[in-house]
Amino acid sequence: MIASTYALASILVFVTAALLILGGAVGVITMKNPVHSALSLIMTLFGVAVAFVAQSADFLAAVEIIVYAGAIVVLFLFVIMFLGVDRKENVHVEPLVGQRAFAGVGVIITIAGLIALMAKSHWVTGTMSVSTNGVKLAVGQGNVKQLGTAVFTTYLFAFEATAALLVIAVVGAVLLARRERTLQSEEVEV
Amino acid sequence: MNQLLASSDPLFAHGVTGVVLLIVLIKVLIGFAVIMGSVTIMIWFERKAISDMQSRIGPQRWGPFGLFQTLADGLKLIAKEDLVPAEADRFVFKLAPYLVLVPAFITFALVPLGGTMHIAGHTVMLQVANPPMGILLMLAMSGVSVYGVMLAGWSSGSKYPLLSSVRASAQMISYEAALGMTVVTIILATGSLSTHNIVAAQAGGVWHWNIIRLGIVPFVVFLIAITAELNRPPFDVVEAESELVGGFNTEYSSIRFGIFYLAEFMNTITMSAIIVTLFLGGPAGWVPNVPHLRWVFPILWFVAKVTFFCFSYIWFRASLPRFRYDQVMDLGWKRLIPLSLGWMLIVAGFLIAPAWGFLMASLVLLAWIVLTRAFELGQGREGGTRDAVLPTVGERPIPGRVIRRFTDGEQS
Repeated sequence: MIASTYALASILVFVTAALLILGGAVGVITMKNPVHSALSLIMTLFGVAVAFVAQSADFLAAVEIIVYAGAIVVLFLFVIMFLGVDRKENVHVEPLVGQRAFAGVGVIITIAGLIALMAKSHWVTGTMSVSTNGVKLAVGQGNVKQLGTAVFTTYLFAFEATAALLVIAVVGAVLLARRERTLQSEEVEV
Repeated sequence: MNQLLASSDPLFAHGVTGVVLLIVLIKVLIGFAVIMGSVTIMIWFERKAISDMQSRIGPQRWGPFGLFQTLADGLKLIAKEDLVPAEADRFVFKLAPYLVLVPAFITFALVPLGGTMHIAGHTVMLQVANPPMGILLMLAMSGVSVYGVMLAGWSSGSKYPLLSSVRASAQMISYEAALGMTVVTIILATGSLSTHNIVAAQAGGVWHWNIIRLGIVPFVVFLIAITAELNRPPFDVVEAESELVGGFNTEYSSIRFGIFYLAEFMNTITMSAIIVTLFLGGPAGWVPNVPHLRWVFPILWFVAKVTFFCFSYIWFRASLPRFRYDQVMDLGWKRLIPLSLGWMLIVAGFLIAPAWGFLMASLVLLAWIVLTRAFELGQGREGGTRDAVLPTVGERPIPGRVIRRFTDGEQS
């Protein structure tokens, strides 16, 4: 009886997460107002986080919310609000000729690729993982430990390279942004 | 899923049965009642304490010592007309208050209010939930509550709320970094993310509390960062009355305004509870050997500690003048983030071996000297116009052009 309850609960969780993800994703494209699109994106991110929790990847779920919902989409909103594009746009104008057809082709290629990946291996289902050589991931607390150990031992080089890349990006952004704030241009601005 | 539940909460050790579900439901209801009840008392307490500090009487008409003033205010707010500005984005305008309120509830659900109890053969933790990602959920929820503030200001379709909400969200995101770094320090010392384990790791007397064990610095950084995160004085540039009318909720009226007000005080209590959990051992304290009532004393200790921090927030408000916006940003980015990062490295070093700790400490000291020199050079390079009315300190977070576009219409 308990087993069937769990199965039902898992199905309910999966359906909820899938609805959140799909509803949000459709909303991002169809909403006319960019701020509403950003809100739909947050809904998608929450759905992904729920799916992560259901697969006992709690750490990823938390990081997903903290980094993507908590910082990146906030930046999107900042840009949207500051550039004053938070008005309804005419979506029937095509800046690139034939972009709708290309988008359709892209969607078909992506879906075909996903289906091929799912048919060939199990990595999307969470049964196998790169860090543990096919051993099932630990649940709860051990999960974070496994992830941390993998990142800071096996994949240390990739991790450090990513960190260096991010630092370079930040330094570059600061350099670009500061150029117009030297003494001469300051007076022009004020 | 079965394993996942049982790994974090002993309540689910024997599977999920009707009794267990009932206990969970009761826990949620009690948690809800506790936070709502304490918010009403907190609002009264703040008004009463601040009027004492300012030599006023404060609320006194409704009930003994004016205790029912909050209820009367709530009734008044519900009875008022609910306005939605003509320029507002109606859906987002109505959604925003709940985006502030719900994270406050969820964060409170993580806080252990006491030890464990035994009810009908089940071990029950006195906290609503103990998820494996624990304290990360607190950071996630503080990230989500940014949206409430930001969207409230934007959807009002009004200038001052928009400026205020941009200030608020920039401030909250800036201080989140220092906040996260301090939490990492605690996680390093504890070796676990769940709030229950963080409290358990501080058992065994005052000397094991994180406030002492990690040195005072993370505690101070956390307290400052969380005050900024709450937008409470002295970091309340968000609702600086003289500059921004009334902050991001200027256009709100009736119970929607009430929800923002409620959420603000709820966040104050929740964050005090989080400070107590992370740094002061949560419900830890001296327990006298009274039969059948031993479980009461941890709760009393917890309430006493939380009350102390709630009082200090009121104290801050009464005694500290408001920071200027660029000072807020300077403190966050130039002081707190390097400090919390450096201290985290030192703690990590000492956790491996004292030698590494001292090496880290000397490296951090070196980095500090370099950073101070860099700040000095940076200050010297900054232009600023000579003939300005007030000399600019630092730079505006938003370029003048952009600000002017908001204040003078869309001329540029």
